[in-house]
Parts: sequence; C-alpha cells; structure tokens
Amino acid sequence: MLFWVALISVVVMLGAAFAVLFLENYLAATAAISVVSLALSVLFFVLQAPDVALTEAAVGAGISSVILALTLRRVGLWRIETHKDKQ
Amino acid sequence: MNLREISSLVFIVWLGLLLGAVLKIVAYDNILTGGVGTYILTHAAPELGAENIVTSVLLAYRGLDTLGELTVLFVAITAAGLVLGQRRTDAPSDSDAGFILRTAANLLFPFLIILGTYILLQGHFSPGGVFQGGAILAAAFFVPILASPASPLHHRVSRLVEGLVVATFMIICLLALFSDDAFLALLLGKGSVSQLFSAYSLPLLHIVIGFQIGTAFAGILARLQETEASD
Repeated sequence: MLFWVALISVVVMLGAAFAVLFLENYLAATAAISVVSLALSVLFFVLQAPDVALTEAAVGAGISSVILALTLRRVGLWRIETHKDKQ
Repeated sequence: MNLREISSLVFIVWLGLLLGAVLKIVAYDNILTGGVGTYILTHAAPELGAENIVTSVLLAYRGLDTLGELTVLFVAITAAGLVLGQRRTDAPSDSDAGFILRTAANLLFPFLIILGTYILLQGHFSPGGVFQGGAILAAAFFVPILASPASPLHHRVSRLVEGLVVATFMIICLLALFSDDAFLALLLGKGSVSQLFSAYSLPLLHIVIGFQIGTAFAGILARLQETEASD
C-alpha cells in the first residue's frame, strides 16, 4: 500500500516537473510547480516526517507559488484579467 | 563565451568542488551509528520534556542558529520592501474579486487563524512548527487582500508586530542570560511530556518565532500584491 502511494506521488512529481518545462502558460506552470510540492509533501508523510510534510505543503505549495505568481504579475508576464480588460 | 556563461561555468566548477569536499570530509558511516543524531533522538524527550524532536533541535539545541535565521529573514524582508518600494497614492487599485472568492475569504479567515495558532501552540509535543504556523497565519491575512485588493494590509501595524515579536525574543534570551548565565538558556519548568505548559520556555519561543515568520510572509506578499504592475 505505502509502496504504491510513494510510487504514485513520485510519478506525479516527475510528470508535474516535466509539465513545468513544457507548458506555455505561466499560470499553468506555476500551478504545476505547486503540484510538485504537494506530491512531495505526500511522500514526506509516507516517510514518517509529518513536520516536513506540513512545511512542504504550507511553504512549498502555498507561499512560494503565490510569491512566484505575484512576481510574474509584477514583471508583467501574467496579468490577472479583470472585467474592464474584457470589455 | 560571454561573461554570463563564464561566470556560470565557474559557479558549476565551484559547486562541484564543494560537493566533493563535503563527500570526502564528512564521515557518513558515523552519522547513522553514533554522533549527535542518535544522542538527540534518545535524550531530547527526557531532557527537555518536548516530544517533538524537530522543535527541540530548532529552539533548544540549535537555538542560536534560529536566531541567526530570524535575522536573515528580517534583513531579506527589509531589502525586498526597499526594492519593491512604496505604492503611489494615486495608483489605480484592482477591482474586487468575485462573490465566491470574497465570501470564501471571509469564511476562511477565522478558521485559518485558529489553525495557525493551534499549530504554534502545540508545536512542542505534536507535529507542527514555526514555519508551518507562520505560513498559515500569513495566508489568513493574505486571502482577504486577494479577495478585495482595495483594502490593503496596514504595513505600519505589521511592522510594529514584527518588531515587538523580535524584541520579545531578545527579552526572553536576555532574561535567560541574567537568570542562568547562558544566552538562550531554558526558563520556566520542565513540566510533564505532552502538556501545553511544559518543555521550559520552548512554547513561548515557538509562538514568538511563528508570529515573526507570519508577519514577514504577510508583509512581503502584500507588498508584492499591491505594487502596480509595469505595463
């Protein structure tokens, strides 16, 4: 059981990491980075390190992808579309 | 080859030399069988009354390193604030997010505060830690900003909290210095394992550092969010 969970999370991590390289959309690439962190936190939990899993989920998947997204927006590579832009 | 390629080549060579030196010098055979790790694993809980070994290493055995880490974080946040700069007063702010995000943000706020405080309060006897609690507290204050960007975070308040928190940390350290002749020595009683009031002054330090990390993250996120994009 644990073997399969670990295997699935490693495969998900690899897939998401390759997706980061090949995705054209910056928003999708940022989301893929956070998927890598989420799968890594599952792996940490399987390896009996709940502390590290919590950190990875909160900092890796949460804060750092938000910082990445906001930085992309700040340098103008990704704009949040508002209603005004569409009209 | 331009300068950037040369410098990255030099960096790679340097990194390889560093890794090689580490592999050659550090005796990995001894780490599993003896050394500090085994000592801490067997002695941390009876010595400190803290069940969470990560916390006891972070705040007691290597407390001075944590103080240095806090200083680095403080300086990094200050530098980032300096680079990002102040917001122009006449800059147009983004319109509010949709109904779903605004309602969810209002609903989530108290629960995130409770979760973050819980993780900070019980970090010395169950899984949790300063970074996790701080990140969750920061998220609690950042989600409302994301929902309605027109009402920004009060930077003066957050900076005040950050300064107070660092001052409290230093006061705890100095109290230990004067009462026990050692910087960052353990204050208060040991208590029994798995109680809220136990493990000397570790819970106090835990809460203080968690708040510092939380305000630092919230401040940097809010600053990144509110500075206008260069179109």
